[in-house]
Amino acid sequence: MKQIYLDNQSNTKIDDRVFEAMKPYFLEFYGNPQSIYSLGAVSKDALEDARGKVAELINADTNEIIFTSCGTESNNLALKGIANALKLSGKHIIVSQIEHFSVLNSVKKLEKEGFEATYLPVDNKGNVLAEDLQKALRPDTILVSIQLANTEVGTIQNIKELAQLTKQNSKAVFHTDAVAAAGVIPVDVKDLGVDALSFSSSVIYGPKGAAALYIKKGAKIIPQLDGGVQEFSKRAGTENIPAIAGFAKACEIAKAELAKNKTHLETLRNKLIKGLQEKIENIYLNGAAAGENRLAGNVNFSVEFVEGESLFLLLDAKGIMAASGSACANKNLKLSHVLNAMNVDVAVGQGSILFTLSKYNTQGEIDYVLEEFPKIVQRLRDMSPLYSHFVKTGERKKAGPGTDFDHDHDHCDIEE
Amino acid sequence: MPFYSEKVMDHFANPRNVGEIKDADGVGEVGNPVCGDMMTFYVKIKDNKLEDVKFKTFGCGAAIAVSSMVSEMAIGKTVQEALKITNADVAAELGGLPPNKMHCSNLGADALHKAIEDYEKKHGK
Repeated sequence: MKQIYLDNQSNTKIDDRVFEAMKPYFLEFYGNPQSIYSLGAVSKDALEDARGKVAELINADTNEIIFTSCGTESNNLALKGIANALKLSGKHIIVSQIEHFSVLNSVKKLEKEGFEATYLPVDNKGNVLAEDLQKALRPDTILVSIQLANTEVGTIQNIKELAQLTKQNSKAVFHTDAVAAAGVIPVDVKDLGVDALSFSSSVIYGPKGAAALYIKKGAKIIPQLDGGVQEFSKRAGTENIPAIAGFAKACEIAKAELAKNKTHLETLRNKLIKGLQEKIENIYLNGAAAGENRLAGNVNFSVEFVEGESLFLLLDAKGIMAASGSACANKNLKLSHVLNAMNVDVAVGQGSILFTLSKYNTQGEIDYVLEEFPKIVQRLRDMSPLYSHFVKTGERKKAGPGTDFDHDHDHCDIEE
Repeated sequence: MPFYSEKVMDHFANPRNVGEIKDADGVGEVGNPVCGDMMTFYVKIKDNKLEDVKFKTFGCGAAIAVSSMVSEMAIGKTVQEALKITNADVAAELGGLPPNKMHCSNLGADALHKAIEDYEKKHGK
């Protein structure tokens, strides 16, 4: 059975070179970096060497990097740590509607604690518009957090412009969630003009268990984990040296091979997008067009008349692993908040399918998807009452005979 | 532990009785596209028995498996017996469904009942 992994937004396969770099810290150099004896010193050196390499990926200074355990933790630390450090000068926070849940739910918690939040809308390609940010900024805005790139639809925001606008019109600190971007596209904190930036190891062929928060020298932040003096007393806990060493190696490789990977991913992505559009009718690309501000490895389509979970289950049966933003595919049984914010038609969005590519994918694998996926779509359409209605009448079915459209929301939560 | 039982996957991947009945005695539909699940059931009734049941379903793996299982359970039953089939019976017959699917995708019996009610209305029963 073939195994074609096309869900690289959720996780990536670790690079062999990364795994090799980690091994000694599991087996030989297991000392705690806070210990003074020689075995501790080896770990301490590894930690600081890693900090330098991780900083280099985003053009930060070494001491501006705080190691955390994952992107979610970096975002929690940034949002809660910065908001609470600045709460005496204001209570207003701005984020976009398409942030990762680790940002959105951190903000929801802050709202319960008395902060106020504005959730910026996006256009139908997933772009945050500068004018919306401008309108939302207030004298008491203390923090703006807008992601650099969206994992689900691949839209890359103009963070440089948004950060500049924030600086010109307010005293707010600017944070960006760059988990989907750092190591994939060039990221330079000095050029972007941001005060804080989250990024992670597991999406750039590094191990799970390591991530970082860049925090600009002088920016205030309150730790969210209390304990010892690790990470400049900003994040307590015994450092995960093997994972951090792996993260550093992954950053080093990502920086060196960024251009090569981008070219490879774009070639595959364009082939997949073009091929699917040629072979399947009534499918709609979600996000920016290929060649615009779209992540190189991101392919997200809404396939009309079918449902996304069915699509990826049948793909899985063929050895192809993908994701979906449909309500049924989500644990919370709601259509993806990203597609919703982009105003994707809810019924059509239920057929969303997400392929996210990696440097390990090949032309042959894309050919295989192009061969199998259209058959899967046809098979499900042949079963779909929405499709037969469309074929017979040329119209989209809303609610059919015997349905009471209003009462039939009973089995699903629709925000009317 | 896979998300769906083997039986669910079998009915999802090889659904029984997919299609429409041209001259159906009753048609019933539940769900709607906005929720991500919609089922249309067709019944052919002769001598008070469900001679044939067919369906078309738009929905997740559970929705398709449930539709297939209901059609299989209903064929050959009397109208009264078919009306007694519950969504819970269907889920049990499938070897269980994940908890969040019990609520949203398990509508097959409802759709079947609607088709039978449609037949009864047309025949003034």
